[in-house]
Amino acid sequence: MEDLVRIEGLFKVFGHDPERVFPLLDQGHTKAEILEKTGCAIGINNASFTIQKGETFVVMGLSGSGKSTVIRCLNRLIEPTRGVVEINGADIMKMSSEELLQCRRKTMSMVFQHFGLLPQRTVVRNVEFGLEVAGIDPEERRTKAMNALELVGLKGYEDQRPGELSGGMQQRVGLARALASDPEILLMDEAFSALDPLIRANMQDELLDLQASMHKTIVFITHDLDEALKIGDRIAIMKDGEVVQIGTPEEILTHPADDYVKAFVQNVDKSKVITAEAVMRKPQTITVPKDGPHVAIRAMEKNNTSSIFALDADRKLQGLLTIDEAVRLEKEKVSDVREHLMTDLYAAEPDTPMADLLSRATTARYPISIVDAQGRFRGIVDRAMVIGEVLGDDHEDTSTVHLEALTESQEIKMKQEAGHE
Amino acid sequence: MNKIEIGDKFSTMVDWMRDNWGGLFEAIHAGVEGIFIPLSSALLFPHPLIMISIFSLIALWICGRGVAIFTVLGMLLIHNLGFWEPTMDTLGLVTTAVMLALLIGIPLGIWTAKSNMVQNTVRPILDFMQTLPAFVYLIPAVLFFQLGEVPGVIATLIFSLPPCVRFTGLGIRQVPSEIREAAISFGSSPSQLLFKAEIPVALPTIMAGINQTIMLALSMVVIAGLIGARGLGKIVVQATQQMRTDLGFEAGISIVILAIFLDRVTQELGKPSKKGSH
Repeated sequence: MEDLVRIEGLFKVFGHDPERVFPLLDQGHTKAEILEKTGCAIGINNASFTIQKGETFVVMGLSGSGKSTVIRCLNRLIEPTRGVVEINGADIMKMSSEELLQCRRKTMSMVFQHFGLLPQRTVVRNVEFGLEVAGIDPEERRTKAMNALELVGLKGYEDQRPGELSGGMQQRVGLARALASDPEILLMDEAFSALDPLIRANMQDELLDLQASMHKTIVFITHDLDEALKIGDRIAIMKDGEVVQIGTPEEILTHPADDYVKAFVQNVDKSKVITAEAVMRKPQTITVPKDGPHVAIRAMEKNNTSSIFALDADRKLQGLLTIDEAVRLEKEKVSDVREHLMTDLYAAEPDTPMADLLSRATTARYPISIVDAQGRFRGIVDRAMVIGEVLGDDHEDTSTVHLEALTESQEIKMKQEAGHE
Repeated sequence: MNKIEIGDKFSTMVDWMRDNWGGLFEAIHAGVEGIFIPLSSALLFPHPLIMISIFSLIALWICGRGVAIFTVLGMLLIHNLGFWEPTMDTLGLVTTAVMLALLIGIPLGIWTAKSNMVQNTVRPILDFMQTLPAFVYLIPAVLFFQLGEVPGVIATLIFSLPPCVRFTGLGIRQVPSEIREAAISFGSSPSQLLFKAEIPVALPTIMAGINQTIMLALSMVVIAGLIGARGLGKIVVQATQQMRTDLGFEAGISIVILAIFLDRVTQELGKPSKKGSH
């Protein structure tokens, strides 16, 4: 993999006469001492990392850690005080203002936390913005903007104004605007942080889907480790302007570099990492219309269950047959059960995190069926499994933490659902 | 203790300016007349009923039926009172002064938004311009530009300029930083940033400033009647001098009708458009 972005020895000092700070830093003074002595705040303290072409690189940290400053140094929305920022081998610090404009227009584009859309423009004219300032002719930019809108699933909304859309949809506009000029690099600054959790998870999934087909280089800023773990190929964790660890999600979870990272990782809600696929069980099923009530009752008796899933010959889910219904059909000598299946079932995809299934699983009367993208039945998750997964967690001593995290997220989920109804 | 003679000094300065900058004032005089005379002739050229229809259509198109009906009835009343000509003169004066105020005020407002130094310099001057009693402007205005419409326009311009500068500056400063950052990050040049992002976003605020400028101009243009400017102001002055309540009230009503028309139309222009324009 080749390096697309290289940052070396990057410093950003806010305040008057920033150069005064460097001798003090060399003498080993802390950030707080320097702020007191000079009135200068150190936003980024000697950050170095490289980002490879096609990877999703997440910069994670709490507020004030300098992560938003780092991303703004990449397109020089903020001028770094010292250091090298190379994009494709070209030092953006040495670019003329015209070269910088071209780089911003063609090579990278940005998605903002609060969307940064122009309220008086329609959606499509917002998406066109980058192409418009680059001087692309109206017809071509309209075509490109419409394609970008289709990509993010906003076809048909082009003549609305941003204020008429929900937060999630506004951020899709922001994403479409960033994609319209087909840049190599997407800079996403807390792009999903302003969205409510359900929509946020949704957008994360869609970003992963888009990325699977586009292979952009994404620099993603977040304060949420769960989001970082879900999206990132590699994660850089920042604290007080310094990069404290860079690694894959796995490395960060298993080998936290210091106590700071460890403290972060402990609070990770692993229910968001464990997917339905890892937990689900493959139950006995019947195939309709081949199998009638007889077969169904036998199977249910054998497995000691009160219902059974019915699939067609292509293993596509048709519905659920309850024992009561099967007995009734047998008495009435009906052999085709297709008309008598319960179809009002909740289905989830194999990669759905357990956290998303918790409230469903604990309140549903019937198991949740897991159905893949092609519509094929893969397995089921029921209440017992969810609770078993939570309680029977054998990962050392952290199980109590998981349990707490799970119940907490479950409560939040339930509240949200109550709120949505 | 001796009195500090600032009044004296000010008057000396005004005299000095009149003696030494005479050419400049003559040029300004000619310029203002060059705008005002054709403008008021144009307003008075068509038959009043045609003009009333035009104004009503403008009101209908921009504001809707209510304001349009008000405009028809109000302006017919002005015509009936026999004040059509002074009303159009007043409108011409206001338009001239406001055009000049916007020409100066909007760029100045943008400049104050971009530079704190300019902001800090301009603000006290604006305070001064806004709070100095309006009549005080009239004296140097007459000294520099004699009697008539031109000093009226100049005094009106000075009096009505501050809200335009302030609102423009405020509007631009209030553009959310993310919108500014977004415009820059997509490769906007400084002028693209200004014209494609900042001004459009600030437009409702800027329009509120323009509305204020027009209203202030209308109130000042009446006072300008004192120095011989044509229009409704002159009739009001005449009415006060002759203690004619009837004449004063009729001219006053005409001003109110014109003011409401201008206010509603410019306020509506300031609202973000609801129609899907491209």
